[in-house]
Amino acid sequence: MSERETVDVQAKLERLGRLRRDGGVLRDYQAPRWNEPLIMEQSVPGERGVFVPLAEDEVTAVVGDPQQYVPDGMHRAAPPDLPEISQHQALRHYLRLSQMTLGMDLGSDISEGTCTMKYSPKVHEELVRYHKHADLHPWQDEETLQGLLQIVYDCGEYLKAISGMQAITLQPGGGSHAVYTNACVMRAYYAARGELGQRDEMITTIFSHPCDAATPAVAGFKVITVMPDENGYPDLEAFKAAVSERTVGCMITNPEDTGIYNPHIDKYVEVLHDAGALAFTDQANANGILGFARARDAGFDACHFNLHKTFSSPHGCEGPATGAYLVGDRLAPYLPAPIVVKTGSRYHLDYDRPESIGRVRGFLGNWMGVVRAYAWIRNLGPDGLREVAEISVLNNNYLDRLLLGVRGVSRPYAEGHRRLDQVRYSLETLKEDTGVGTEEIRDRMVDFGIQSYWMSHHPWVVPEPFTPEPCETYSKADLDEWAAVVKKASDEAYADADFVKSSPHSSSSGRMTGLDALEDSRSATTWRSYRRKTASRG
Amino acid sequence: MADRPFIHPYIPNAVPATKEAMLRELGLRSVEEIYAEIPERLRFKGRLDIPEPILAERDLRRHVKGLLDRNTSCEDNLNFCGAGCWQHYVPAVVDEVINRAEFLSAYCGGSYSDLGKYQARFEFNSQLAELLDLGGVANPIYDWGDVAGRSFRMAKRITGRPRVLVPQTMSPMRLAEARTLCQPEVMPAHVAVDLVDYDPATGGLDLDDLRAKLADDVAAVYWENPGYLGNIEAQGAEIVRLAHEHGALAIAGVDPITLGVLTAPGTLGADIACGDIQSLGMHMHAGAGCAGFIAFRDDDPVFAEECPLELYTLLETETPGEWQVAEALPERTSYGAREQGKDWVGTASGLWTIAAAVYMTVMGPRGFRELGETCIARSHYAARRLSELPGVVVKLSPAFFKEFVVNFDGAGKTVAEINKGLLGHAIFGGKDLSSEFPELGQSALYCVTEYHSEANIVELVSALKEVLS
Repeated sequence: MSERETVDVQAKLERLGRLRRDGGVLRDYQAPRWNEPLIMEQSVPGERGVFVPLAEDEVTAVVGDPQQYVPDGMHRAAPPDLPEISQHQALRHYLRLSQMTLGMDLGSDISEGTCTMKYSPKVHEELVRYHKHADLHPWQDEETLQGLLQIVYDCGEYLKAISGMQAITLQPGGGSHAVYTNACVMRAYYAARGELGQRDEMITTIFSHPCDAATPAVAGFKVITVMPDENGYPDLEAFKAAVSERTVGCMITNPEDTGIYNPHIDKYVEVLHDAGALAFTDQANANGILGFARARDAGFDACHFNLHKTFSSPHGCEGPATGAYLVGDRLAPYLPAPIVVKTGSRYHLDYDRPESIGRVRGFLGNWMGVVRAYAWIRNLGPDGLREVAEISVLNNNYLDRLLLGVRGVSRPYAEGHRRLDQVRYSLETLKEDTGVGTEEIRDRMVDFGIQSYWMSHHPWVVPEPFTPEPCETYSKADLDEWAAVVKKASDEAYADADFVKSSPHSSSSGRMTGLDALEDSRSATTWRSYRRKTASRG
Repeated sequence: MADRPFIHPYIPNAVPATKEAMLRELGLRSVEEIYAEIPERLRFKGRLDIPEPILAERDLRRHVKGLLDRNTSCEDNLNFCGAGCWQHYVPAVVDEVINRAEFLSAYCGGSYSDLGKYQARFEFNSQLAELLDLGGVANPIYDWGDVAGRSFRMAKRITGRPRVLVPQTMSPMRLAEARTLCQPEVMPAHVAVDLVDYDPATGGLDLDDLRAKLADDVAAVYWENPGYLGNIEAQGAEIVRLAHEHGALAIAGVDPITLGVLTAPGTLGADIACGDIQSLGMHMHAGAGCAGFIAFRDDDPVFAEECPLELYTLLETETPGEWQVAEALPERTSYGAREQGKDWVGTASGLWTIAAAVYMTVMGPRGFRELGETCIARSHYAARRLSELPGVVVKLSPAFFKEFVVNFDGAGKTVAEINKGLLGHAIFGGKDLSSEFPELGQSALYCVTEYHSEANIVELVSALKEVLS
């Protein structure tokens, strides 16, 4: 090692402070940096990744040249300009890309609050990859799907018990999709009552997920967003003021993304019901209340769960996902078809649902997530689910104590009240003191092998926000490490703001340039578009 | 479970000493003190009515696998059902990549922690763009029916017109999803979805009916290639021309696996293309393998601006020669603008885009062409062999890619009865069309791909012969 390199290493270690091997909690982490060209840049004409079957001689003898069956004008003239690359080189490329992805299994996804990044057991993956799941066709005779239908039916029963609701669909392809389903179900309910012309307003809160505002708009409703008071949720009187004879219902999260449980939630529901309106609660943040509180007991007409969050499916770089949408009796007729029903010991797909909203997704939905959720619930049982909630809440409050001890960190709203599953913090003070804001702290934390954290949905009601969610998966040591990295980044911000602002320093790439292109038509979503736009700029 | 202490392997801090240390740090005696935030009247007092746990992983696996064993898979049986979810071969390398823990378990981390995820996404976009011959590709979402509906809404936003025209042969399931998105007629923002007749000889769009229905309130004409009933639509260029003549957009619904052989929608002049990527390397998973894409022209920024899905763009970094990828035009989406966004986005199909990226890479231009020719050859071979059976007629188009309509009116049995009979031969027959398209009588949609060998087809023919006799 040269003298210069020795000095660099020494400087880096000094900067890092106490490392794990010294009894500290910080890592001298370096993300893989393969400097991997795009796959399109690696093409070698003539190479190929796999042989595909060719038609047998017997087939060709009968049908002749297959191109003769393609109508005039429909023969592809020029082959698609796809990469030509041998199998190992292709595999290696994508493995390198996987290494430059800090998945939850490797990193610390305490960072991704509102996402409930819990451990997804590997045995589940064996089960969904089994050919009796992976290689099922959705239109198979239901007699040949009895095992899957039983799993889906039973899982539905468990989710009904957990929420207190009376009916369920597992057709939606994600949490937002389930929330959208709710907007459609409420629409159908009022259409059936002839009240759609009168009722056209959906109420939500600003700390509810953006889909609680966006999906009712897609369903055709006006959206009224109620703002929080100093407690972090709308004052009951403010909520009342938003409700009228025009109200369809509410679509709100509880606990909201702040982690604050709204103790008046049942009063909101009463206000809605008194006005003839309906109440839906978005349960993306249900992890801390499993077995402790049920949506139906607070009077809600409907709720949902994200099976990939609360009930443990791997998030798969944002899907596939499953939304479970549950309702009380009066909304049950409107659920999308088909519904899984049980007759004696047999399971059936019920399409005979004349009042149904129709479909929100093709075929049956994503039942991979249901198989995993089923296995997860069966593995934990009633006490295990409560333990999940209890430990996630304990973890969150423990991390909260550590983080509130970090200079520049604050926790707006509801002073004196504890949060449940997560907290939305603010780095406003840090920003005012040092000029370093939440985006820079997020990028700096990546240097320690911590997943870049979730700040907040837009708009940022909390200034310079960040939202960790230390669900039951994480150990005390994991929590200590996460807090220590925040503290380290904060200390650095006060000592050397420019160093933090120029982070990350150990990521898979250098800092991005040309970010202004993100806002306009210079952006290019494909390689061919990029090349065309770059060429036209000279 | 006897006296085993309940310290679940997925919950490290359930260890009593750890829990106590953390509570002590918080100055609490129990977590109950935190739950005091939930008022007593809202607390669930009972014990959840779900079964006692199956704790040992071995036992859990036995239990769930035992349930799945009650299914019969398309590996157990020969499957000839497609209808929007198709059995194509999935190269092993595709599964190897998407089963990598990093990809499998990652979520919405940013560019600096998840460069690889974003690069794979961009490479998916870029390769799909080549198949489609269109420059703009958005991040996929739920499935074909969903993106069809979103494309209709996108066309309405772009043109300000309230009506779209779609083929009567459109998959009823896709149509139902799209209609949900287009809102019921009573809603002020309803998008009317009107059906255009088809030519019973070819399955293609009836251009006379299209001309009659095209008017200056039509936002878009949508057609499918291949159509739901399997036919290759020969009139794509003319459909585009007619749509544009009336100031409407042309939207193509496409199964991208056909595009090594068939003319791409972009080449035909489509403004927007949508469809499903399930055929590009996804196991069927009872339909969970589906994911819908939207692609669009990139020579007019309005298409990107009105696209309802997330967009990712290639960027450079401070290090020369290094790539990065980040989200473009984020303020369009519901994440950026809540109810002011274009529709909504959410967790949907991320891993499938990576699978499709790997699939397109290993297939390459020659793989797609060969696969297309094999699908055409074997499906036509199957059609010919089946139509030799008494009372069995292949209906509609003589031009199809992998799916074709088989009519059994002359055979004296319903499709339901025939499919029950085929089950006895360990065969899943074609999709029963008798309720979806009653005018086709007792017809089924059969699907033959590169997955099926000539021997498989012969097996089908001889089983059907027995069932029909």
